[in-house]
Amino acid sequence: MFQTSLSLNDVMFLLQGAGVTLLITFWAMLGGTILGIIFGVFRATTPWWATAPLAFVLDIFRSVPLLIQLVLVNAFQAIAGLNISAFVVSCIVLALYTSAYCSELVRGGIAAVPVTTRRAARSLGMTWWQDMTQIVYPIALRIMLPSWIGLTLGVMKDTALVSWLGIIELLRSSQIIVTRIQEPLFVLTVAGLIYFIISFPISRLGARLERKWREND
Amino acid sequence: MIEIENVHKSFGDLKVLDNVSLTVKKGEVVSIIGGSGSGKSTLLMCINGLEPIQSGSIRVDGIEVHAKGTDINKLRTKIGIVFQQWNAFPHLTVLENVTLAPRKVLKKSKAEADAIGRKQLEHVGLGDKLDVYPSKLSGGQQQRMAIARALAMEPQYMLFDEVTSALDPQLVGEVLDTMRLLAKEGMTMILVTHEMAFAREVSDRVAFFKSGKMHEIGTPEQIFGNPQRPETAQFLASVL
Amino acid sequence: MFNYTFHWRPAIQALPQMLGGAVVTLQIAVISMIIGILIGVVLAVMSGSSSKILRGIAGTWIEIARNTPALFQIYMAYFGLGQFGIHLDSFVALLSGIAFNNAGYLAETFRGGLRAVPATQVRAARSLGFGPISAFRLIVLPQMFRAVFYPMTNQMVWAILMTSLGVVVGLNSDLTGVTQELNVKTFRTFEYFAIAAVLYYLIAKAVTLGARAFAYRLFRY
Repeated sequence: MFQTSLSLNDVMFLLQGAGVTLLITFWAMLGGTILGIIFGVFRATTPWWATAPLAFVLDIFRSVPLLIQLVLVNAFQAIAGLNISAFVVSCIVLALYTSAYCSELVRGGIAAVPVTTRRAARSLGMTWWQDMTQIVYPIALRIMLPSWIGLTLGVMKDTALVSWLGIIELLRSSQIIVTRIQEPLFVLTVAGLIYFIISFPISRLGARLERKWREND
Repeated sequence: MIEIENVHKSFGDLKVLDNVSLTVKKGEVVSIIGGSGSGKSTLLMCINGLEPIQSGSIRVDGIEVHAKGTDINKLRTKIGIVFQQWNAFPHLTVLENVTLAPRKVLKKSKAEADAIGRKQLEHVGLGDKLDVYPSKLSGGQQQRMAIARALAMEPQYMLFDEVTSALDPQLVGEVLDTMRLLAKEGMTMILVTHEMAFAREVSDRVAFFKSGKMHEIGTPEQIFGNPQRPETAQFLASVL
Repeated sequence: MFNYTFHWRPAIQALPQMLGGAVVTLQIAVISMIIGILIGVVLAVMSGSSSKILRGIAGTWIEIARNTPALFQIYMAYFGLGQFGIHLDSFVALLSGIAFNNAGYLAETFRGGLRAVPATQVRAARSLGFGPISAFRLIVLPQMFRAVFYPMTNQMVWAILMTSLGVVVGLNSDLTGVTQELNVKTFRTFEYFAIAAVLYYLIAKAVTLGARAFAYRLFRY
């Protein structure tokens, strides 16, 4: 029979870690989505040379490893004496990181709305704002939502890196248990399963939404 | 000679070819007309073995197309086919589109294949587009390129499957001109077409298909002037 | 606030060492991509096969690679395999973790690439007398390559970024590992990691721009 020293307490500890993972994901997605929409709309509606500096900065978030970003911002806040907790640093870095990807989604979504459709809206006497809220927003949302769900899952997985700053999220909590009971394969499998249980249904939902909307087109 | 004898083919319950027999002699131009879903295009696919048949036989120059031992790839080099969707190879230039099969299938040298390619592209009026990619061509030009691509194999027979149906009206003429030229040069052709005036003009014989059956075949004068079957008359009345 | 003096000189002096780390980083990324492409193709073919077992294996691999953190996959290689008596050093563990991840993502990319080439292209090629294999090689493959090229470049950038996770399993020869060693000796965290960030950025940009130039030459159509 299969034997393990993994106790119920340990499982609770893992679930607590999963809670932290979800909490950081939530804040990162909230902040990242709000910023991403602002940046994305700005980039989609303003000439490229005006948005080039922003585009450059956002590109950095996508071209430097997240781990390095976390370490850098954490070191910076220590130097500046800001006294922010590692948790807040993690949320801020992940939110900025997310906003870089999200702004691309928003920009792409808006660009994918046919110009002719928008012209038709304007020719009916709609204002720019009405065009954006009544026409562009619903169409772009359909295009973006599946990718946004994918982004959420990506960020959820990337939160594993905040363990480097000492935050005990899901993966780190599994490591702590491994060190004690010395059953890496089993404990990691349990942790992987928890990741899977969180993300698999969401990714299926995303795929289904995408299919459904494509059929309606 | 293409000999089609008692060919049957069905997709599930749907009979697409129902006891079709037709013989096309060397140098002959045969047009097949009929409504959509009448099995016309399927017949062409069966002639060069792109679609299997359930019974009957199709022989090209005496070779059984659907027999097990037949070298179908070799046989296909004798039969050119042009589709409704021109299916240009987008990653190759116009000249490369035309010379690829002569080089790789017929194992001709590059110089030899290029010479053939140039000649055939001249022939269809694309002599000035050799190094252009298909995406830069109009539909009519792409379709003429597809014709040149088939001709570069120096086939004995040409099959045309509604080659003008997907084209803008103003581009139809240039493709028909190319086919007219081929007919004049004595190419053996079977064409499935919706262009009645063209069928009447170039064909030696015209066949009328409906629901997988060949209802009538005869000279253009007979079919268009004095159809024997009510189905034919009805169809012509609806399209002319 | 800011009673800290930045010391850039030692960090700049450490540049050759860090560049050495960058070379290792690139090595890991390139090798993991090659392995990932090879396995990815196999997985893509397997997931389209009629055998339920083959489809199951490919599906499991792809889902694990896509639905768990890359760090988890590296942990599995480093700690998890130990239970089977397989002890990988941190370099090999990192390499296998990333290759596993690449293969899963690329398999999906390749599946999409196959779908991107319409069946009528094969039909047109067959009608010219090409056999099934040469039709695939001469007509489908080049078009598929174009469809997967951009996602493959993305995966390469991902692979480079993922190499930074090696430090978590104790790798000290790649760019992040070298940087961390310098950091531990001097506690000049910000300076060293800022330089590492610049280097990562330059590597990622070089790969992206290089790929774009390559694509421009390659895909003229």
